[in-house]
Amino acid sequence: MAKVRGAIVVAVEKCKGCGLCANSCPADVIKLEKKVNAKGYNYAYMFNPEACTGCTNCATVCPDSVITVYRLKATKNN
Amino acid sequence: MGELRLMKGNEAIAEAAIRSGVDAYYGYPITPQSEILEYLMSEEPYKRTGMVVLQAESEIASVNMVYGAGAGGKKAMTTSSSPGISLMQEGLSYIAGAEIPCLIVNVVRGGPGLGTIQPSQSDYFQTTKGGGHGDYRLIALAPASVQEMSDFVKLGFELAFKYRNPVMLQADGVIGQMMEKVELFDQMPRLTDQEIIAKYPWATTGKPKSRERNIITSLDLEALKQEEFNLHLQRKYKEVTENETRYELVNCEDAEYLLVAYGSSARISLKTVQLAREKGLKVGLVRPITLWPFPSKIISELADKVKGMLCVEMSAGQMIEDVILATLGKTKVLHYGRLGGVIPSPDEVLVALETQIIGGK
Amino acid sequence: MEDVKIEDVIKIEDIIKQENLVFSKTKNLTDKTMSFCPGCGHGVAHRITMEVLEEMGISEDTIGIAPVGCSVLAYEFMNIDMQQAAHGRAPAVATGLKRVYPDKYVFTYQGDGDLAAIGTGETIHACNRGENIVIIFVNNGIYGMTGGQMAPTTLAGMKTSTSPYGRDVETMGAPLKITEVVALLPGTCYVTRQSVHTPGNVRKAKKAIRKAFENQKAKKGLSFIEIVSNCNSGWKMTPVDSNKWMEENMFPFYPLGDIKDEFKLLQK
Repeated sequence: MAKVRGAIVVAVEKCKGCGLCANSCPADVIKLEKKVNAKGYNYAYMFNPEACTGCTNCATVCPDSVITVYRLKATKNN
Repeated sequence: MGELRLMKGNEAIAEAAIRSGVDAYYGYPITPQSEILEYLMSEEPYKRTGMVVLQAESEIASVNMVYGAGAGGKKAMTTSSSPGISLMQEGLSYIAGAEIPCLIVNVVRGGPGLGTIQPSQSDYFQTTKGGGHGDYRLIALAPASVQEMSDFVKLGFELAFKYRNPVMLQADGVIGQMMEKVELFDQMPRLTDQEIIAKYPWATTGKPKSRERNIITSLDLEALKQEEFNLHLQRKYKEVTENETRYELVNCEDAEYLLVAYGSSARISLKTVQLAREKGLKVGLVRPITLWPFPSKIISELADKVKGMLCVEMSAGQMIEDVILATLGKTKVLHYGRLGGVIPSPDEVLVALETQIIGGK
Repeated sequence: MEDVKIEDVIKIEDIIKQENLVFSKTKNLTDKTMSFCPGCGHGVAHRITMEVLEEMGISEDTIGIAPVGCSVLAYEFMNIDMQQAAHGRAPAVATGLKRVYPDKYVFTYQGDGDLAAIGTGETIHACNRGENIVIIFVNNGIYGMTGGQMAPTTLAGMKTSTSPYGRDVETMGAPLKITEVVALLPGTCYVTRQSVHTPGNVRKAKKAIRKAFENQKAKKGLSFIEIVSNCNSGWKMTPVDSNKWMEENMFPFYPLGDIKDEFKLLQK
């Protein structure tokens, strides 16, 4: 049995908090942070990291290319 | 000695373009210069040298095609006549702002508006005082013979690339249409892409890993940077003024009176000088070859020695403003011109000189 | 071992490793923060264009031309040789460049006001001549850069700062489907309308851009890609709402899909 786990890294200071990533995430991983970055935007973060599959949907729709995506194929023998 | 031919001024421009190793000509028909595009299309220079010739959908398009090719470091040119040059002013301002070397030929006809297809010199202001928006200058060459129509194409490109600046060759319908003997210079090779990359590191030729990307633009939204860029342009224009001001003096050594004229008017005035000398009048001719930079210094020096100057122009008096600025009231400066496509005769210029300057108050 | 939950042993740090990288910004984009408003489709259109060049290995041989509008600063973000052109003139500039560099790749990146209003002449004639270039046309139905004025593609009834009571087609003309117009011209090889507001649409749009550059490589003539996009600032909506509004209002009038391929109009 294999399970795919993913993670995203948001370039916080470049994020404009548009929310398109959160809207396109099939696993409801992403939310906008209540805190703001230096430019005053509520930046995106992994609210629910365990659910991330690394599908890259968020990065694909991100207009500012601030999301980097990693994916790991894990097996139970790990 | 180079190849001799009897050619129209317009044809000489076209042939000189091919021989200068021009990479691309983009143009749109307009009288009295359509022979340039016609000559190039029939001559098929893409077979001779690989030169591109394309008829554009408008003068707006042709000047922007020149922008694109020139920004790639290629030798690109267009030609037109007054109404078409008006349409190009936006493009010329962008070209000057982006510092793109190129050649634009204006075979001037009478205006304003659709005006006439007959020769005129009424685009002097447009050529030398901007025409388009912003603080920019065109290097402006004024040929007075079919020979110079040929020679100045070559010279124009030399200056354009030396200073990364657009060059305007301002002719008129007389020189464009008349036929004269021309000694053509030998064929120069077109530069290869590799030579362009080596000679013009600023050109947009595709970004290799070894350098930063090249950007051709006239935009900078930061005021202080835009000011610095403008100051850079002004330093360049000063250098051009110091190095490239060109003029011709005829019989000026002992002259008491001077005619100041360029292009066709200079040819006419040359005959007037001869007629005046035959009558014992000490008359000379100053012929500006570069309309910008204007030969102000020599005109100022001559103003100390003469009793008056008559500016002969096929316009209501445009270059005269630069002559007055150069002479600063040191001598009498008046205008004689014909308008709307009428060409003055040497005799009527002599009458004007005698009545307005020599016999005048 | 059997009882250990996978989640317990895999830490975030185990995932975020170079060997697990599946998506990162293309090197063909500079590190400069884009000047576009939050959620604007321009950013995605920029990125997928640059990704295509990288994936095709043609970045070093490509010159982009961006004229006036929100696209004007493209040269700040696209890490390739770029020319900035006057408003509407990019297809002429591209023509001039491509004719003297027939083996380089040349594309224009234009907005609706630029391509379909002030530059209509240059657009139509470059398409009609079949210049071997790619035109990327971002249509958001508004002049974004100057603050939300009416564009040639503004929908009927749509409110903008210069049609504050809605576009009245009786006096202001109907929205212009320039893409359908250029599809009729013999010089266009491939004409398509795409969007970049969902992951699926982004992937489709990127395929279309790839196809366009492959066409240029094969010297087939002009490929024209319209990207229907949002302008949430101009439309005065949130990014998410603007994409929903776009689906409901823009797509019925500007339907997505290929309009012409291999010089043949597609019947739909």
